[in-house]
Amino acid sequence: MRSSKQTLLDRLFPMGHAIAQEGLVLRGWGETKQGRVHVIGTTDHAAIDTRIALTLSDAVLKAIAADGSDPRPIVFIADTQGQALSRREELLGLHGYFAHLARCVNLARQQGHRLVTLIDGEAVSGGFLAFGLLADCIVALPGAEVRVMDLRAMARITRIPFERLTELAQISPVFAPGAENYWRMGGIHALWTEAEDWSEQLLVLLQGNPEDERARLGAERGGRMLAAIVAQQVFHAH
Amino acid sequence: MRGLAQSYREALARLRVQALLDPGSFSEWVGPTQRVTSPHLAALEAPVSFDDGVIVGQGLLHAHPVIMIAQEGQFNGGAVGEVHGAKIRGALLRAVRDKPGAVLLCIDSGGVRLHEANAGLIAISEIMRALFAVQEAGIPVIALIGGACGAFGGMGIVARLCDVIIISEEGRIGLSGPEVIETVKGVEEFDSRDRALVWRITGGKIRRTLGEATLLVDDDIAAFRAAAGEMVGARSLFLKKRGLNPTTSSLQTLQAAQQQLGARAELDAEIRDGQVLWSRMGLGDQVSLMSPEQFNRRLEALES
Repeated sequence: MRSSKQTLLDRLFPMGHAIAQEGLVLRGWGETKQGRVHVIGTTDHAAIDTRIALTLSDAVLKAIAADGSDPRPIVFIADTQGQALSRREELLGLHGYFAHLARCVNLARQQGHRLVTLIDGEAVSGGFLAFGLLADCIVALPGAEVRVMDLRAMARITRIPFERLTELAQISPVFAPGAENYWRMGGIHALWTEAEDWSEQLLVLLQGNPEDERARLGAERGGRMLAAIVAQQVFHAH
Repeated sequence: MRGLAQSYREALARLRVQALLDPGSFSEWVGPTQRVTSPHLAALEAPVSFDDGVIVGQGLLHAHPVIMIAQEGQFNGGAVGEVHGAKIRGALLRAVRDKPGAVLLCIDSGGVRLHEANAGLIAISEIMRALFAVQEAGIPVIALIGGACGAFGGMGIVARLCDVIIISEEGRIGLSGPEVIETVKGVEEFDSRDRALVWRITGGKIRRTLGEATLLVDDDIAAFRAAAGEMVGARSLFLKKRGLNPTTSSLQTLQAAQQQLGARAELDAEIRDGQVLWSRMGLGDQVSLMSPEQFNRRLEALES
């Protein structure tokens, strides 16, 4: 395992952990003061393909089956450059594998597992949507990069020149990559700093409300002023 | 009988909504007269739309109450921004409260609206969670896919979360669009200008073949209406018959899906073109000539 990931796991679980790397997937458990938690994630900026998605969904299903009526929290470690870009993967229906993974994560929530995501490295687009972004609570570790798409590809799709996009990325929070921007919009619940005790902070996240409150958070923090209001307008419209 | 077929692909979202539902039954929520537009597009001096590219409301389908969500592919490729996503989420949350017979989700979208990419990504995640809540309330979500933009990016994932997917031959579903793959990986990996190839990778027939779509229909709004109507009318019967995605996922159904998807991922590396798959299934070069009805029947025979 990459030494930076090993260091992260040691800091999160000083009481002990047993987490193995299978390809670019991490799976196992960590010990906390509140008991054992499942750990499921990716490493080395994994491009999520059908096999990785299947390994992740398998890990989630096994965690659900193992715990039965005593569901333990699941800590997801998100480190992904996004979905694999490949013609074969598209043919196989990579979107279907991601949807399956999302269903597994949602079943875990329904069964009472607390879901926490820690972004370590990068979290990009589809690879992030399928599991990390579905958690009850999402945290960015120092240096974490969060974004939607490679700017070159974005330039081609939007027909806005690459140079202009690079300029805009410096000034626009709703558009520019960055964990801080996602925090302001309510998409990330907390930003951890290097100096803090991550094992203690993790304990706080292991309880809480599983409701999706990101739109409200985005409005409170001033980064996404319309998401909650417009949804309410539709909800109450005559 | 209706007169001439009205192409689903060519129609604007407003026309699709009118023609899919019982005449005069649709009422819109937060419609264009309220002018709730995207401030982020305006900040980039990009054109805005008074409905932000999505129509939400309620109506009747063969006299059954339904909630309708329809994306306009001709506005920014149907892409999801903050307002657009909030309208969809609001309509889904409303379905949990109002318990309609079904939610119809007419997807015509490239995914996240890149001009407001961060807000769009979070919005799609919020849509996914709201969609799960609708299904947990026992209400089926039916995806209709036949617009020029297909269902890509996060909306490709959302499509596959639906209980039923009705798709035309011209409809497409995927994650990364061909242009994105070509730009990043090169034209040798995926030539986005080869329309026949694009269709064999992401089009309605290959999606139906793999079980990634439920039913193939003609590119005709009346055909989409008839198929959706059948499902809303006899929904329990229908889901039993074709149910690829039971409304509520259980551990058992997801373990079964895990097996099925695992087997597909084991297909050999030769399979990089739908044509190879069809040839091995004995469908050879007849596929492009078969009507949706013939194709559905042929696949049902192979599946049973």
